[in-house]
Amino acid sequence: MEHYNMNLTLKVWRQKNKDDRGQFETYQVKNISSEMSFLEMFDVLNEELIRDGKDPITFDHDCREGICGACSMYIDGRPHGPWQANTTCQLHMRAYKDGDTIVVEPWRAQAFPVIKDLMVDRTAFDRIIQAGGYISINTGNPVDANAIPIEKDKADLAFANAACIGCGACVASCKNSSAMLFVSAKVSHLALLPQGDPERKDRALNMIAQMDKEGFGGCTNTGACEAVCPKEISISNIARLNSEYLRAGFTVDK
Amino acid sequence: MKWSALFTSSIGKKLVMSLTGLFLISFLVVHVGINACIFYDLFNTQDDGQMFNIAAHFMGSNWVPRFLEVGLFAGFLLHIVQGFMVEFQNRSRRGVGYAKQMGNKGSKWYSRSMGLLGTLLLLFLIMHISQFWVPSRITGLPEASYNPEHHDMFIKMVETFTDNPLMVILYLLGVISLYYHLIHGFQSAFRTLGVYNKRYLIMIRSIGIGFSVLVCLLFALMPVSIYFGWIGYSN
Repeated sequence: MEHYNMNLTLKVWRQKNKDDRGQFETYQVKNISSEMSFLEMFDVLNEELIRDGKDPITFDHDCREGICGACSMYIDGRPHGPWQANTTCQLHMRAYKDGDTIVVEPWRAQAFPVIKDLMVDRTAFDRIIQAGGYISINTGNPVDANAIPIEKDKADLAFANAACIGCGACVASCKNSSAMLFVSAKVSHLALLPQGDPERKDRALNMIAQMDKEGFGGCTNTGACEAVCPKEISISNIARLNSEYLRAGFTVDK
Repeated sequence: MKWSALFTSSIGKKLVMSLTGLFLISFLVVHVGINACIFYDLFNTQDDGQMFNIAAHFMGSNWVPRFLEVGLFAGFLLHIVQGFMVEFQNRSRRGVGYAKQMGNKGSKWYSRSMGLLGTLLLLFLIMHISQFWVPSRITGLPEASYNPEHHDMFIKMVETFTDNPLMVILYLLGVISLYYHLIHGFQSAFRTLGVYNKRYLIMIRSIGIGFSVLVCLLFALMPVSIYFGWIGYSN
């Protein structure tokens, strides 16, 4: 692929802390290589800001290879930028051309308050997982991996759901700021496997109760979450979660 | 788990929307079916709405539809009140909005506009009920020429739409709102009930589109047919 350099205008959300009102700041970045990642462009900009004695832009990042779920920028009206099935860290500058203006905002949801600039507090997701996104096992000698037969289709589907990295793009894209795609991936992942069966009712009930408590909205099946999910988690999981929840809600005996 | 906790959770609220929505969809089948009796006039010009009036008389005089009518009003009320509550709650979850909207990238405009479409339908419903249901049940309608025990509902329809293009347009706008409300609502209702199997989802989506097109087309043809004189009195 042809390599080229570009000059860009960035409109970035700057917010000192949770209580600050925040505003957009405009930055000019020069000589950005088409082979850089989007975050590397931010690194370049931050180096310049530090050199000028200014406050660098705060943003979440960790693995920078699309598997940790830390990066979280809402770029030009779409979480993780213009590419399909992609995270911000894996978005590369060849997606842009010289002279482009890019608007970068943090995830917007009351359940994800802005900590600083583009970094939001996503611990609500951790608390949802703590409410039931696990299986309880007795530790001891490892069990033979093939002791419980699992049909291939279900194993594959469970694995596809386990691919959710919990980045929160589903919440950011949803008009209701709903976390249903995230919760549905976590519930489906375990509900599809025999290991998840003993706790399936409590899991669905408790995770949804926690999701509601955290202040996420309800799902109205618009499909925006599925369209932006970097791991292409299917919206049909939300229907499975509805099924799990309603079955548990109507048959639970306590 | 308390029943109240189940029905006030985010999924429980959706369940109420889904069940009442499906109930209202079943009402649409009856409503469009009964009203489509006016099209008998196309095959028998001497009918003059008699077929329709007989069907309307059955609906008004038999205790089964009268009993269901109470449930229908309750269903409408629940769907409307819950719909507004869910809409406003969901809207409040964002806090600070985006400078750049996602728009149609990934979702259809009508899927995001169920609250707006529902509000338009509510306005339509108020107009529609005051035009037809109120005279037929409360303020009274003229007797049908062929049978004094029957109301002449047909003449009310003819009077409403003849030489009244504004009313025809208002009804068509109502039907268009219904169409987009149904296109999303039909399949969404089943998803909420927990239908996740791909083969059923494809089936439900197709049936939903077919149903929405058929029902809305028939409803739209009623004021249009009367306005253009395709249906009316033979003399």
